[in-house]
Formats: sequence, structure tokens, C-alpha cells
Amino acid sequence: MTRMRFVDEYRDADKAQALAARIAELCEPGRQYKFMEVCGGHTHTIYKHGLEDYLPESVTLVHGPGCPVCVIPMGRVDDAIYIARQPDVIMTSFGDMMRVPGSGDTFFDANAAGTNIRMVYSPLDALKIAKQNPDKRVVFMAIGFETTAPSTAMTVLRAAKEGVENFSIFCNHVTIIPAIKAILDSPDLRLDGFIGPGHVSTVIGCRPYDFITRQYDKPLVVAGFEPLDILQTIYMILVQLSEGRCEVENQYSRVVPWDGNLRALGVINEVMELRPYFEWRGLGFISHSALKVREEYARFDAERIFDLPGVRVADPKACQCGEVLKGVLKPWECKVFGTACTPETPIGTCMVSPEGACAAYYNFGRFTRTRVMEATRS
Amino acid sequence: MCLGIPGEVIEIMDDHPDLARVDVSGVRRAINIGLLEGESLGRGDWILIHVGFALSKIDESEAKAALEFLEGIGQAYEDELNALRESKIE
Ligand code: SF4
Repeated sequence: MTRMRFVDEYRDADKAQALAARIAELCEPGRQYKFMEVCGGHTHTIYKHGLEDYLPESVTLVHGPGCPVCVIPMGRVDDAIYIARQPDVIMTSFGDMMRVPGSGDTFFDANAAGTNIRMVYSPLDALKIAKQNPDKRVVFMAIGFETTAPSTAMTVLRAAKEGVENFSIFCNHVTIIPAIKAILDSPDLRLDGFIGPGHVSTVIGCRPYDFITRQYDKPLVVAGFEPLDILQTIYMILVQLSEGRCEVENQYSRVVPWDGNLRALGVINEVMELRPYFEWRGLGFISHSALKVREEYARFDAERIFDLPGVRVADPKACQCGEVLKGVLKPWECKVFGTACTPETPIGTCMVSPEGACAAYYNFGRFTRTRVMEATRS
Repeated sequence: MCLGIPGEVIEIMDDHPDLARVDVSGVRRAINIGLLEGESLGRGDWILIHVGFALSKIDESEAKAALEFLEGIGQAYEDELNALRESKIE
């Protein structure tokens, strides 16, 4: 029995079904396969197009930690709001962060109570606001993996070059490799392979994933974001498994160069260095997993400029984002999913960003699932 | 902010060699191309943009496929384009 007939709205459905058939052929009877899609963008595609419906029952996809908004711990949101409350501060942030709850407020709540936290598209917009407001202290809430870190670093270099001394960044950049390693080391999850992040890899390239194949014997295939990319990636992983190979492969070579973007890596390295450890929401402290501003650029580092409370806040009891970020739970298995926790009133971060697994599932997945359930019932 | 969006280079700005004027689904904005230093870039080339910076050069067919995909995802892409519209990088 296949489930694929329920997804008919997708324009490449023929190609997808052909791939699905080849995927099914490669699955050994009686064996269960569990693949992690590391990147939130992939989660979005998978739910949006109901890709799980194309897969045999024996293949399960689990979500990874690759949603930068989702992994920011509440204490850092509180610290950002603390900065925003200081005299003469204009805080700037990507729109995605605005509804992320801290222990009390979100950025939106804080603004209603008088802070000036502005949404920007690019760190360069934040720098521009600094130049236009020389009597204010303009701070950029820097978040993201290696896809956005080079942009933040370039902006700091630009601020240094132009002498924009009223500009600083609150650096919350995280690095993907230690998070993957933490998941591989966690005892609760047995994985058979990885759908590797696409855009992070345009910067870091494919080599950093080597340890996953060598030390952990799991194949990883870097994947593009379209539905067919993901199905083809699953096919490539299964081919490796069926041939007893375990390698890093690049399904997305039309965008991701094997060596990444060396210039971008160089710029990150010039401005930032690894922190000894950093707290990830739901995953706890992971060593060498985040970036901070180097001493040479201390004057652009909000953590040095403002005396941050830096209080660690435990996640709300009801929230199971950690399990969702580790792929141990599916979004709908969280007790508050869709009831107390919705995109309008998020309890956890995974419900805030469109890349968050809970938000993606809430917006698209449940329809697919309902269809499947209705069909199995009839 | 996580969406990589393709744009077509209209011109490299003479007065700012690390900026290019780029067309993204009809929105024309300045995009920083400093991270592609060393790559030849000119009118008609396609780039993948994250938060105002070009991260990689891509070919036209990839760009078209990516755009079609992004247009299909709806709201998240609309939000990204609206944010880009507000942006005035210089
Ligand atoms: S439903 Fe809400 S609280 Fe539960 S895991 Fe998802 S985001 Fe976290």
C-alpha cells in the first residue's frame, strides 16, 4: 500500500512518484530507516509538500536543530530586552525574532512597554540606523548559523572602517557542526543518515561533515530545498546504505561548492571566535558551538558594552522543544501543540519561526496528516 | 531570514564596488557582494542572497527553479520580500 496518492497538487508529482518508487525498491524489507533533516528550511518543504506521504512506511524523517530562531535560549532574549531598555538604545532585529518569548516578554511586548526594537532585513540596515542616529546606541541582535554570520562580520568590519562607534552587535551566532555532534552523542536517538543543510553548506562546504561518516558511520547528503531535491537526497542516502557505503555527498552541487565560501569563512574568523560553550534552547550547553566577538573588535560587542544580567532561564515545563529539536518527538506529540501553543501564542520557539518544526507542521503538516488518517479510515 | 533568495544583477555600483543593484522578483535593491570577492560578477549574473549579502553565484536555471519554489511557499517569501523592500543598504 502506498500513501502517495494523497498528494496530488504538486506539479512535479510524476517525477516525485518515480523517485518514490525507486526509494521503496531500495528499502530492505523489515528494516526501519530514520533520517534527520538538519535544516529548518527542509522541514518546511517536507511539510508543505507532504513529502512523508511519498515515502514507504519504513522511512521516517526527523527534524534537526537547524532553525536559528528556535535554538536561542530564553535568557538571551531577556538579555536583549535588557539592552533595549538601557538609555538611548535602539535595538534592531530580524523580524523572525520579534515574537520569540523570553522568560516574560517578547520583543513586541517590550516595545509596547516603551523599548525601541526595530525590525531590519539586513545587519547593514542596522548600521545605517546607527549612522542616522549618532546620539543613540544602536545594537543589532545577531542570530543565525554560518549563513548569516558572515553578513554580521562584514557589517562589523564596515563599522570599524567607517568609524561608526555607536554601533554594536549582540552576538548569538551558532555553528551547525557541534549541534549535529551533540545529537549523534545523545542516547535517545538512533539515526541512519542525514539530509545535510543546503545554505549553511554554501559557506562551510562539505568537508566539515566528514567526521559524521568516519566516526559515526552515517551517510550525509547535502540537499537542496525543492521537494524533488529532498526525495533525491533520500534516494542517494539509501543507495549508499544498500551498497554498504558511508560518505558525504552533495546533491546540491549546483549551489554548494565542495569547499564552501572561503572568503565568508575568513571574514567570520577575522571578527569572531568560538565560545568555550553556549546554551542551546532545549539542547542545553554545547561546547564550542557558538561565536563571540574577538577582543580586537570589543568596541562593537554589546556583551562587553552592557553589563548583561546573563541569567539562565529554564524552559517552561510544558514546552518540549528540546525533544522536537533533537528529533525525538514529532511536533504533534508535544502536549501543548495546537492547544496552548500556536503560532499566534507560541510557548516554544519552534512555533515562532516559519522554519520551526512546530510552526511548519501547524501550518501545513496537519492537513496532510488528516488526509492520510481519513484515507486509512475509509 | 533563513531563506536564500535569488536575484539578478542589474549593475555593479561604480562608487561602491562591493555593492550591486539587484532585481529580486521585481524588487530592486542594493545588495552587498563583498563575500563574492574574486568571482567575476556582472550584469545578468544570478546570485543567492541572504540578509542583504550575496553568498554564492548560481546559474540562471537554478535561480528560476528556486524562484518558482519560493513563490510557491507563499507567506514566508512574501515576508522576506517585504523586508527587502524596506531595506536601504548603502
Ligand atoms: S508545540 Fe510549542 S512548546 Fe511544544 S515543542 Fe512545539 S514550540 Fe515547543
